[in-house]
Amino acid sequence: MAEAVDYKVVGSRPVRPDGADKVTGRAQYGADINLPNMIFGRVLRSTVAHARIKSIDTSAARAIDGVYAVITGADFPQSESGEIGGEGGGDVADVAQNVMARDKVYYHGHAVAAVAAKSQSIAEAALAAIRVEYEKLPVVLDILDAMKEDAPLLNANNFTKGLPEKATRPSNIASVMTLARGDLDEGFAAADIIHESEHRLPMAHQGYIEPHACTATINETGQATVWLATQGHFDTRAQAAKILGRSISDLRFIATEIGGGFGGKTVVYLEPLAILLAEKSGRPVKMVMTREEVFRATGPTSGSIARIKVGAKKDGTITAAKAWIAMEAGAFAGAPVGPAAMAIFAPYTIPNFKVEVFDVLNNKPKVAAYRAPGAPQSMHCMEVALNEIAIRLGMDPIDLRMKNAAEEGTQASYGPKFPVIGFKECLQAAKAHPNWTKPIPAGAGRGFAVGFWFNVGMQSSAEVHINDDGTVRVVEGSPDIGGSRASMCIMAAETLGVPYERVRALVGDTESTGFCNVTGGSRTTFATGMAVIRACEDVIAQCKNRVAATWGIDADQVEWKDGKVVPRPGVNADLKPLSLAEIAAKSARTGGPISGRASLNAQGAGASFACNIVDLAFDRETGKVDVLSFTAIQDAGKAIHPAYVEGQYQGGASQGLGWALNEEYLFNKDGIMENAGFLDYRMPVASDLPMIDTQIIEVFNPTHPFGVRGVGETGIIAPLAACSNAARSALGFIVPDLPLSPPRVLAAIEAQS
Amino acid sequence: MARVCFPENVLPYTAGVREASVVAANYRDLLAALESRYPGIREKLDKASVAIDGLIYQDAFLEPIGRDSEVHFLPRIEGG
Repeated sequence: MAEAVDYKVVGSRPVRPDGADKVTGRAQYGADINLPNMIFGRVLRSTVAHARIKSIDTSAARAIDGVYAVITGADFPQSESGEIGGEGGGDVADVAQNVMARDKVYYHGHAVAAVAAKSQSIAEAALAAIRVEYEKLPVVLDILDAMKEDAPLLNANNFTKGLPEKATRPSNIASVMTLARGDLDEGFAAADIIHESEHRLPMAHQGYIEPHACTATINETGQATVWLATQGHFDTRAQAAKILGRSISDLRFIATEIGGGFGGKTVVYLEPLAILLAEKSGRPVKMVMTREEVFRATGPTSGSIARIKVGAKKDGTITAAKAWIAMEAGAFAGAPVGPAAMAIFAPYTIPNFKVEVFDVLNNKPKVAAYRAPGAPQSMHCMEVALNEIAIRLGMDPIDLRMKNAAEEGTQASYGPKFPVIGFKECLQAAKAHPNWTKPIPAGAGRGFAVGFWFNVGMQSSAEVHINDDGTVRVVEGSPDIGGSRASMCIMAAETLGVPYERVRALVGDTESTGFCNVTGGSRTTFATGMAVIRACEDVIAQCKNRVAATWGIDADQVEWKDGKVVPRPGVNADLKPLSLAEIAAKSARTGGPISGRASLNAQGAGASFACNIVDLAFDRETGKVDVLSFTAIQDAGKAIHPAYVEGQYQGGASQGLGWALNEEYLFNKDGIMENAGFLDYRMPVASDLPMIDTQIIEVFNPTHPFGVRGVGETGIIAPLAACSNAARSALGFIVPDLPLSPPRVLAAIEAQS
Repeated sequence: MARVCFPENVLPYTAGVREASVVAANYRDLLAALESRYPGIREKLDKASVAIDGLIYQDAFLEPIGRDSEVHFLPRIEGG
């Protein structure tokens, strides 16, 4: 149900307000902050993947001229357990240990000490002078190995959560998430065909171009200021406060421009270290990770193993589905098992199903959120299974999905009934798309798959200040990753009835605006946008009161129309409407500056569905795969700035294609990542990809004033299965695992021949 | 009475009961009624999101519960 509203600004494509500074180099990113007397922090990282720390001798490092501070785990307070916000955030005690190891290291690259020195080279020398004595422990890397009863334990206090009975012995399985409905035996007995397969997806990195970076300074009263590249300065401030045992009000976090995050910049790594080093040295401390550190020690997403079984009748009706999925958490619990379990069957009406998802510890970096965390791993196997069923039944794969598609009122696999959703609209658009109906190029294969993501709301605040000339300043606290400042300006302009060019948006720091959760969960345009709209409505209410008082009539005798206060139709028709600029010009006489504000916890984020069509060409001699075309169709509810919505679809598709075709962490037997750099960790570059076609579907979300649904995450999900299904189309057999890298494709071709 | 569906992780508190019928005017009262019936369940449910008649709330409080409402609890999702 798309609501036909004739918006003036919403749906337009103005130039982004931050664009000029970004393309001219004026914009300041995490590493661009420089302060007087600033020194440089570096981290010493473990050289082994699993060991007990017997001793750390920092005396030689401290003796080096120009070294101002050295810290180890002993300098941190004991963190109590407690949840940290953000997908995969996990327990605060775990995050504290991930920031700086205490008695054990759990992966190669785990931080064991940090130094601050007057130059990078002196800091490097200090790291080299620190002596760490390790007692090596057995390393466990493979997920299935880690799940064995006799596997080396990472944490002797880890007892599996989510079991029907309380676990009585420790294991590497942190938790299990189970969802079930109906009778599986009955469902599979009713099926005419059954497909079963197993699929491995690799651990992959978010691949943001900007490495983690921050600069911290602290005064003699303990008030610290930190500039950082982050998806959420309020949430990361709270994490740092807990890890350091400080009051939140002692920390001011300022979000710089950010060069990508994709979920990976929702947690802290450097910030607590920089604050502690700044305090011990008495100087501002800048810390910037190398790319190698980013790969070895910051949030990849979980690798996974998925076993899927799906039964269907000859007419395509799905009768039963069963999935068993194990996901890597890395060193500490927190694989996204909840969303994985809830997403896998969400697009479909399935009477009998069961999904179990396991959160498994192993000696790899602790995973962090990555765009629709958990959904790509779980939905891949289901979408491959449906493709195979369609082939075996001789059905069009879109028709098969349409036959089983969820719609408004369908009891979602994760519990509640769906409100208004746009899945069928996406399927219809895909079926009608020319990229679906055009001939498949010779030697290539075409794949189709579906993506689903919940989207979230959460807490946001905004203020809207009206200048004397009627121009508008929006202040909010959501770091702008995908063009949100432009979207906030559009929504403010539409609500206030002023031109876009008269509105400016600023991302305030933790001391200058109200609380906002992270820019994540595809929530910012939805939730922070809603706060901006409410703050504008606050402004409008004030304007109406002031004008009514000016005119000497009751406030209910005036209305807001096209950016002006006007008398209600039929009464006081002789009064001349007053514009926002005219009202603002007289604000000193009518009560002072006009400012509106809103703080809210946005509920009812509308789910988003996507369909992808991909054509892949396979070189049978080398295994190389070329992307010939890619089509991303997705429900946005209402596209506030369509160009940025399209950009989100294209960005999600690019990352999904990278994960599907080439990206993977490669570890040696000792747990050392062997491709910790962009030369060997092969992300797609512009020349690898065609122009990604997009189509925005708009099925109004009734919980948002303009009908917005989040769009940031859904786009990464379907490319994985779409590529697997394109391989099936081109090669005639399933290549079960990803990535479809040349060695894997070639091996699969040779095995078949 | 509202129909309340429990997730797997709270079944130990409900002695395996998967659904319950509860009279409550709003979510605050519903939680109180469930805690009274199944002591200890509130702490678990406080960590979950709730869906009331299909609309998912990360942090519900006074949201109205109708006589025919359907209430589901699900893991909190925060995304990336």
